Amino acid sequence: MRPLNVLWVQSGGCGGCTMSLLCSDLSDALGILEGAGVHFLWHPSLSQASGSEALEVLRACAEGEVPLDVLCVEGAVLCGPNGTGRFHLLSGTGQPMMSWVRRLAERAGHVLAVGTCAAYGGMTSAGANPADACGLQYDGEKAGGLLGASWRSALGMPVVNVAGCPVHPGWIVETLTALALGGFRADDLDQLGRPRFYADQLVHHGCPRNEFYEFKASASKPSDLGCLMENMGCKATQAHADCNTRLWNVSGSCLRGGYACINCTAPGFEEPGHEFARTPKLAGIPIALPIDMPKAWFLALAALSKSATPRRVRENAVVERAVVPPAIRKGRK
Amino acid sequence: MTRLVVGPFSRVEGDLEVTLEVEDGVVRQARVSSSLFRGFEQILANKAPLDALAIVPRICGICSVSQSSAVARALGDAAGLEPPHNGRTASNLMLAAENLCDHLSHFYLFFMPDFARPGYAQRSWFPRVRERFEAMRGGGGVEALASRARFLELVATLGGKWPHSLALQPGGTSRAVQEAEKVQLLLVVRQFRRFLERTVFGDALERVGTLESFAALAAWRDARPAATCDFRLFLEVAGDLGLEQLGRAGDVFMSYGAYRGAERPLFAAGVFDGALHGLDPAVIREDTSHAWLLDDAPRHPAEGATQPMPDKPGAYTWCKAPRLGGRAVEVGALARQVVDGHPLARDLVARAGGNVFSRVMARLLELSLVVPEMERWVASFEPGGPFCAQAEIPDGSGVGLVEAARGSLGHWLSVGNGRISGYQIVAPTTWNFSPRDAEGQAGPLEQALLGTPAGGQLGEVAVQHVVRSFDPCMVCTVH
Repeated sequence: MRPLNVLWVQSGGCGGCTMSLLCSDLSDALGILEGAGVHFLWHPSLSQASGSEALEVLRACAEGEVPLDVLCVEGAVLCGPNGTGRFHLLSGTGQPMMSWVRRLAERAGHVLAVGTCAAYGGMTSAGANPADACGLQYDGEKAGGLLGASWRSALGMPVVNVAGCPVHPGWIVETLTALALGGFRADDLDQLGRPRFYADQLVHHGCPRNEFYEFKASASKPSDLGCLMENMGCKATQAHADCNTRLWNVSGSCLRGGYACINCTAPGFEEPGHEFARTPKLAGIPIALPIDMPKAWFLALAALSKSATPRRVRENAVVERAVVPPAIRKGRK
Repeated sequence: MTRLVVGPFSRVEGDLEVTLEVEDGVVRQARVSSSLFRGFEQILANKAPLDALAIVPRICGICSVSQSSAVARALGDAAGLEPPHNGRTASNLMLAAENLCDHLSHFYLFFMPDFARPGYAQRSWFPRVRERFEAMRGGGGVEALASRARFLELVATLGGKWPHSLALQPGGTSRAVQEAEKVQLLLVVRQFRRFLERTVFGDALERVGTLESFAALAAWRDARPAATCDFRLFLEVAGDLGLEQLGRAGDVFMSYGAYRGAERPLFAAGVFDGALHGLDPAVIREDTSHAWLLDDAPRHPAEGATQPMPDKPGAYTWCKAPRLGGRAVEVGALARQVVDGHPLARDLVARAGGNVFSRVMARLLELSLVVPEMERWVASFEPGGPFCAQAEIPDGSGVGLVEAARGSLGHWLSVGNGRISGYQIVAPTTWNFSPRDAEGQAGPLEQALLGTPAGGQLGEVAVQHVVRSFDPCMVCTVH
C-alpha cells in the first residue's frame, strides 16, 4: 500500500503545536508514524530539505505531481493587510502563505488544522486582530474562514480541526494514524470539526480537584488547592477535551498546574469577554455553569454542598499545601 | 555579483528568508528577512494586565516559558512584587528545563542533520554522523526526543504542561511542591543527567563543565575515539570542517543575566567586547529604518511603537533593529557564558570570536553547567515555605529581562487605568537577526554571513551552518 503523504506547513502561529508533538510519550513517535504508513513529504522544523529543495516539494504538491494525502496547517491564516496576505509571504517565493494554503488544500485528500489558530484563528486573532487572522474553515465561531463553510477536501471531508493551544501530541498522532488506517469519516468529528475521540469529553473529567468542586470549596488566589471554577476562571466543566484523563507531558494538566482551564480547544477562547483568570459572576453566581446542567439544580446543589463542606475540604481549599489530612476510620473498613 | 534568495529555512523556528550577494564564491552582502507579522504588541493593548500571562506565552511555542518568565517579571516589577524563594526556584527550574530542551533539540534536530547531507559523503565521519543525525531518522535524534519528553515532566509537575503554562505568576508560581515530590523531581533531573552523561558527553557533566580552554578541550577529544559519544563526534566534524573559521559576527556579546537568585543571578549580566562592561538597558534603542514599520527616530522600548507599513521603500523585514548604545550585539548561550566569564567560552572567543563552533559549543557547555544547578535547586525547596506572593497590578510600568535559550529577552510594559497601555517585546533573535539600522550597520547574522562560501560544490550548506549556529526563533523575532 502506498504510504500516506503528509505535508506540514506553518503560518500565523507560534510553532508550539509542533513542539508539543515532539513531547509525545510514545518512544519514537515519528518512527511509529512512519511504520503506520505516514510519510512526511516535508515538515518545516524537522526535514532535511531546505530552501529550493523544500519549495520543490511544495510546488510538486500544489501542481498535483505528487499525491498529497494530508495537508497539515499549523498557525492561523493571515489575510491582512487588506486581504493581501502580505503579513506572511512564504520565504523564497514572494507569495502569500494564504495563497499557498489555498492551492495545496485543493489537492489534499484531507486537510488538518493543527491547533486552535489553524482551526478557528486562535490567539493570533485576539484583540484587534492586527494581522486579520482566521482559521481554515472558521473565523472564530463563524463557519467560513479561508476555505469557506461548504468547502470539502478531495475525499469529501471538511477540515479536521485538531484544536488545542497547543494541540496534545496524542491528538495529532492518533488522528494521523487513524487517517493512515483509513475509515476516518465526517461522523468522527463533532459540530466544530474536532475529532470526537478527544472532543466528546470534558476537561473536568478526571480533575484531581473534584472533591473541592463537589463541595464548592473554592480557591481564591493562584496556588490555592481549591476548585478553580467559582473564582479563578476555570472552564473545565464546559471545555471539550480529555486533558485530565490523558494528561500532558507524562503527568500534567492545567488544573494540576494550579491554574484555570481557559477552554483552548474552543473557537473564540482568546476573547472570553472577561479576564482569563477571573470568573465572571452575576449576583455572586458564575455566569457560565457546567455544561448540560440545569441552572436551578446547580444553584440548589451548590448551596447544599457549600453548607455540607467538611472542615478538611474547606480549609485545604485556600492554602498551598493541605493542612488537614483525611481522617482514618477505626474499626470495620 | 549573483543574487541568491534562500528560504524557507527548515529546522529553524518559523519562517526566514536570506538574500545573498555572491561574488567569487563567497557572500559579499547579506540581508536577513523575517517574513511573518502577527502583531502581539497590538493584541496586548487594552487588555487587563494579568491577561498578558495567558497571551504572551503564545508568542512562541519553543520559548514559551521564557516569554512567561518575562511577562511575570514585568508585572511583578510594576507591582513591586518579589517572589518567595520557592516560587523563584520553581520558575527557574521551568525556565532551565525549557532552555536545556531547546539546546538539545537544536543540536540533534536542527543543527547536526546538515552534516548528514550527501555532499559530505566522502568525509571519514559521515557514516556515523548519518546514523546519529539524519533528519527525522537518526538514532541520536530519536534518543534525544525521548529524553526531552521525559525531562519536560518537570514542567508538568511545576506548571501543568509545556508549552503554554499559566503557572508563572508575578509573585511566584501557582503550584506548590509537596515535600514528598522533591524526590520525584530530582529523579526527573537525574534521568536527564544520565542521558547527557551516557549519550551526549560520555563523561561526567562536572568534567565537561570544567574544561577551561581550547587546549583542554582538544586534549579531552584526543583521549577518546570519535565514536565514543555525540559530543566527541561533533568535535571531530567541527575540527575537520574548520567550523571555528565560519560565521564570525561583531564579537560584542550581551546577557541580561540568567536564573535569578536572592542576590545575583546564576550567570551574570553584562556586555563583553574583549573587556567586560556593566549592562545598561537604558541605552537600548529600536531602529525601524529597514523594517516594514512606521519610521521614526530610534526609540527605547519603554516608548516604543509597532505600526505596520508593508509598502515602505527600502525596508526588507518585519524585524526591528535593536541596538545597545548604538551597537549591534550578539546574544545567546555563548554571550551568556562569555559575559559570566566561563574560561572555555572566553578562550574560544579570544581565539576566533563568536563563530559556528563556539556558539554550538557554548550550548553544550550550558547543558553540563545547568543540570547540576537544577539538582541543587530541587533540594533547596523550603518545606512549608510559600510559592506565590499576591498583589494587585497598579498603574505604572514594569520591565522583565530574562535569558531565553537563544539569548536576551525583554518585555517593557505600561499600565494605565487598569489596562495595558504599552507593551514592547525585544526577543533574542530580534537582536541576532536584526536588519541594518539607519547608520547602515548590519545585524549580527548579516555580519556573520560575510565571507561565507556559497554557490560552490556544497551550494548553500555553509550558509545553512551559519544561520543555524544562532538557533533562530523567527516567531519570537517579530511576534
